[in-house]
Amino acid sequence: MTIDPADLRPAARADNQDPALFGQTPSQTVGPFFHYGLPWKGGADLVGRSDMGARPDLMPEEHYVLNLSAPTGTPAGEVIAITGRVIDGEGAPVPDAMVELWQANAAGRYRSVDDPREDVPIDPHFVGFGRAATAADGRYRFRTVLPGRVPGPGNSLQAPHVALSVFARGVVKRLATRLYFAGAEGNDEDPVLAVVPAERRETLIARRTGPDEWTLDLILQGEGETVFFDL
Amino acid sequence: MSGLVGYARDDAGAPPLLVPDYRSTVARAPRHAPIALPPTLTETTGPGGCWDRLMGPALADLTTQHAGAPLGQRIVVAGRVLDEAGRAVPDTVMEIWQANAAGRYIHAKDQWDAPHDPNFTGAGRVVTDAEGRYRFVTVRPGAYPWGNHRNAWRPAHIHLSLLGPAFATRLVTQLYFPDDPLIEIDPIANAVPLPYRQRMVARFDMDVTEPNWALGYRFDVVLKGREQTPLEEDHHDD
Repeated sequence: MTIDPADLRPAARADNQDPALFGQTPSQTVGPFFHYGLPWKGGADLVGRSDMGARPDLMPEEHYVLNLSAPTGTPAGEVIAITGRVIDGEGAPVPDAMVELWQANAAGRYRSVDDPREDVPIDPHFVGFGRAATAADGRYRFRTVLPGRVPGPGNSLQAPHVALSVFARGVVKRLATRLYFAGAEGNDEDPVLAVVPAERRETLIARRTGPDEWTLDLILQGEGETVFFDL
Repeated sequence: MSGLVGYARDDAGAPPLLVPDYRSTVARAPRHAPIALPPTLTETTGPGGCWDRLMGPALADLTTQHAGAPLGQRIVVAGRVLDEAGRAVPDTVMEIWQANAAGRYIHAKDQWDAPHDPNFTGAGRVVTDAEGRYRFVTVRPGAYPWGNHRNAWRPAHIHLSLLGPAFATRLVTQLYFPDDPLIEIDPIANAVPLPYRQRMVARFDMDVTEPNWALGYRFDVVLKGREQTPLEEDHHDD
């Protein structure tokens, strides 16, 4: 009797028919050791070409396989720095967090096929996505351009803002938030700020700490806890 | 932008943020519930398609990044990235990182007393094709102890980070291996309620396995899908 090689395999599992098995893949923590797999050199510099964003001090240089990002030119708009610390519920800085940034260009256009507006131009020198690992003191830092305003629900117009995600050891699911700019046009009628309780809105508004620098601490828990969004 | 179709919110398999058995969540989980917001262009757009400019080329084979072959069992992991309706999600960046076969990361903060492998970094990047498929080659990672509680060990796992089509679909997760007895006692895996934990477990697959070369595992990742387009309201004329 010969054995058909096709029979020499485990029985198929009907994973895709079981609703417990087919559905959104659950989120898990990024853990403390993501620095050689995720942040890359230049990942936090959306304007130029610098080492910002990575922590090459945390791994041998020969293992640093990810590239320095390669901007094609200088994007239009006002160049700014966005910085702040990630703080936990005990007031301690979080040195193993990763902050991601997603924003529109200076004209208020997202670099995405899902932004259908043909009347607002894509900036060929600006993607609008950045990634920064926090330093030992919990500080993150981006260099980018001040975003333009983009439409909101109905006929509303959103105030200038960047979307942020916070990942860290002990954060099981990324925390989505926004950063607005103190004194910017449109903050008072922004449709997203409007759904945030008034007493917590300040946790989303960066203050100016230099001629071209804005600062906002991201507080994971407790007094002054940052508003996070359910997307 | 009225009528903008957003993405579904988390389904029943999503873990809570505070998981007391996973000690690091205690001071890092927000106390306030997250606030729901209407979908805007900020949430429905994302940097998909810009990965090569942002991060450089794909690095899908983790076993050929150094002069020699890494130690451990070579494996192939392949699958598809889908949305909740089972539709392929193309052009999705999947970044991966993992410990070596002995269970040690090259990271300077990893002090576990297991050997480094000079031929293994453990980081890679793959991109899904038009049918949402991906494939990478690596070695099976080892389990390792951690400081969460007495005799705590992490199951073997590979970290996965997916950019997906939109800010709303961003996902970081972990892939576990079938028949690993550590999964059911691991506080991080256990943050996900049963039976949904099985969504994070790859399955052994002879169709991915390559003769005389590598064992194969299949792992499909499911991202949030689009919400249904609101139906036009009926206008009843009496």
